[in-house]
Amino acid sequence: MSTITSSAPAKPAATEEMEAGAEVLLRALKEQGVEVIFGYPGGAVLPIYDAIFQQNAIRHVLVRHEQAAVHAAEGYARSTGKVGCVLVTSGPGATNAVTGLLDALMDSIPLVCLTGQVPTHLIGNDAFQEADTTGITRPATKHNYLVKKAEDLARVVHEAFYVAKSGRPGPVVIDLPKDILIGRAPYTPKPETLHRSYRPQTAPDAVQIARAVAALKGAKRPIIYSGGGVINAGPAASELLIKLVRTSGFPITSTLMGLGAYPSNDDKFLGMLGMHGTYEANLAMHGCDVMLNVGARFDDRVTGRLNAFSIGSTKIHIDIDPSSINKNVPVDIAIVGDARQALEAILEAWDADTTTQDAGALADWWAQINRWQSIKCLKYTQTHEKGGIIKPQYAIERLYQLTREHEAKTGQQTFISTEVGQHQMWAAQYFRFDQPNRWMTSGGLGTMGYGLPAAMGMQVANPGALCIDISGEASFMMNMQEMATLTQYRLPVKVFILNNQYMGMVRQWQELLHGSRYSESYSEALPDFVKLAEAFNGTGMRATSVDQLDDVIRAMIAAPGPVIADICVDQKENCFPMIPSGAAHNDMILGPEHDSKLSDGSGLTDAGMALV
Amino acid sequence: MTSLQDTTIRSATISVLVENEAGVLARVVGLFSGRGYNIDSLTVAPVEGDGGRSRINIVTSGTTMVIEQIKAQLDRLVPVHRVADLTQDGPHIAREMALIKVVGTGMNRTEALRLADAFRARVVDATIESFVFEMTGQTDKLDAFIDVLRPLGLAEVSRTGIAAIARGKRGF
Ligand SMILES: Cc1ncc(C[n+]2csc(CCOP(=O)(O)OP(=O)(O)O)c2C)c(N)n1
Ligand SMILES: [Mg+2]
Repeated sequence: MSTITSSAPAKPAATEEMEAGAEVLLRALKEQGVEVIFGYPGGAVLPIYDAIFQQNAIRHVLVRHEQAAVHAAEGYARSTGKVGCVLVTSGPGATNAVTGLLDALMDSIPLVCLTGQVPTHLIGNDAFQEADTTGITRPATKHNYLVKKAEDLARVVHEAFYVAKSGRPGPVVIDLPKDILIGRAPYTPKPETLHRSYRPQTAPDAVQIARAVAALKGAKRPIIYSGGGVINAGPAASELLIKLVRTSGFPITSTLMGLGAYPSNDDKFLGMLGMHGTYEANLAMHGCDVMLNVGARFDDRVTGRLNAFSIGSTKIHIDIDPSSINKNVPVDIAIVGDARQALEAILEAWDADTTTQDAGALADWWAQINRWQSIKCLKYTQTHEKGGIIKPQYAIERLYQLTREHEAKTGQQTFISTEVGQHQMWAAQYFRFDQPNRWMTSGGLGTMGYGLPAAMGMQVANPGALCIDISGEASFMMNMQEMATLTQYRLPVKVFILNNQYMGMVRQWQELLHGSRYSESYSEALPDFVKLAEAFNGTGMRATSVDQLDDVIRAMIAAPGPVIADICVDQKENCFPMIPSGAAHNDMILGPEHDSKLSDGSGLTDAGMALV
Repeated sequence: MTSLQDTTIRSATISVLVENEAGVLARVVGLFSGRGYNIDSLTVAPVEGDGGRSRINIVTSGTTMVIEQIKAQLDRLVPVHRVADLTQDGPHIAREMALIKVVGTGMNRTEALRLADAFRARVVDATIESFVFEMTGQTDKLDAFIDVLRPLGLAEVSRTGIAAIARGKRGF
């Protein structure tokens, strides 16, 4: 293996020293900066596992299910900004990974997933553990490759990393027939030249920037709507976003994916928007005259009914993916480019432009927003009597406060992932993120079972951090086998289960839309989560009443190893505000704390019922 | 450019220059089926020596917003070099070739031959009971010819789908 650790770069047309394909593969991964692979072995990839065994540069984390390997790599990628790497075997290994790949595609997470394949001469013969992996994953990846010739191997690996992280990031699959891994292959280093066809535009067009700044300066009722693109553009983009808000005095809202790019505690932040967004954020979107979308994609969870979405406003859209622009919502000013570069250009043009803002109109707008804020749409009532039942919102608020205090005291940073359901929305609403890359959730695909493996990946990437999966009791069970991985690698991930004994989000829709017929949404026959933690050699704890909550959270934070904290919460609680599918932003259902006059729920329509 | 709000359905001839690699056609076709776009005609063949690049010509239809979306989606496929909307970018030529078999005897047979002559189709195969005509032209001209042959023993049609190119010196 001396060639792997050798620092002398090989010549491009390296024919002189041929190594086994598996060794060439690892060498290319190393050149690409891969430190860790999340994977699971099998017959087709044994040559790679053999090569892994004989080196120390790249760590391998053995998961317990291939889907978890992909989510772990997502957690790793999202918490670091690096490309995550996955290795699975052919056939069932590859098909198990598909959900994770699509999850990464929809949330624009850069990954390279290596899949084993039967030897080239058997492809197409229904060989043992053969799957048409490139066929199956084509719509679930940004791009995929089947390596059929040894001389393509190194080049394809380098190209895969370039594609995964360039432009709008995404997952890339490399399908590797076993004979390619065993046979000799030449090594070629990372190319210096541009990719022959894939060259996404990152620099914004100056004319469009000038038009955008003119519209923004003249705005009377502006709003900034930021998304995951800002996170993907790196921490510098988040800083520029803060600067733009400071400079302009504009209100800002964020998508689920964008949380943390702008500090949630700041008074310019209106909270998340969309289906479970705040009253003020959604009404500001509805009533604005100029909207600046930075790195978001007008997703249906955000827009509600399209033909009622922010009618009449001038819409500016910054996106690195031209196909995101004018897809759902026609915009007036399209800016194709990287969010950081576009924000930089806007700030420069803003300073160069001498027109002044309409301070009076802005003040009126803020007064209107403050009136919307005054209804306190996220209000809920928590009893503090001994034995009182815990409201899930309160559990998240306490988790936020206590981790914040812990961070201030010890400097240990907190990273949060979630599963999918009500707990996810409460986490988004009540945990106040103030930095990018600290919040990981499955937004586009909404994959239950995402959070635990994602937290595992964050913990591998950030060994000293406090990594918490905010979970639901149903979602947790979709990938709970990963508790064993946590124990094996001493990854002290905390699972914070908001246990409402229901698939709460399903129950909520059934209550609101299906006459309270709770068909199959009760979490029957739940395991004892405390004993379950112990069975996996972790620590289990439980809070059943509000007076126990803080102690359990503190104990969870203090525990040195993995923890499952079973937080038994109010089973009937619903997640509000809510814009039902197919309704407009101003057709919001508010919670029981609110005067029903504010909204009558008239947004519930038959057409909306057909939507997801 | 026509307005994105325009809801009329138009036809568009789109040319795509792609890297000639395995799976590239599947990516393009999968994009259309996966996103629910129409394909009215599709042709593909290598257009550079040593199989370097291929050109795909697609005739599709949709609102302006959908057609713009189709172009953007095609353009972001990794092996795609360039996408051109020939319908939008200026005058262009679109041609298609058809092989048309007519089976019959007597009057129908002579009439078919006479019409072929009028439509400038060539006879590329003849037996006592059949003709195969070859015809190149615009899609609607081919349609018209096939239509008139229908009562005269039209037996089989094989069409290439269109190949298209911009007029004048403007390149792809
Ligand atoms: C893999 C998968 N299957 C089904 C769903 C549909 N779904 C969305 S939320 C939800 C219930 C989640 O229940 P739980 O984890 O207990 O969270 P809660 O809503 O109770 O907080 C279901 C079944 C999904 N999002 N993902
Ligand atoms: Mg639940």
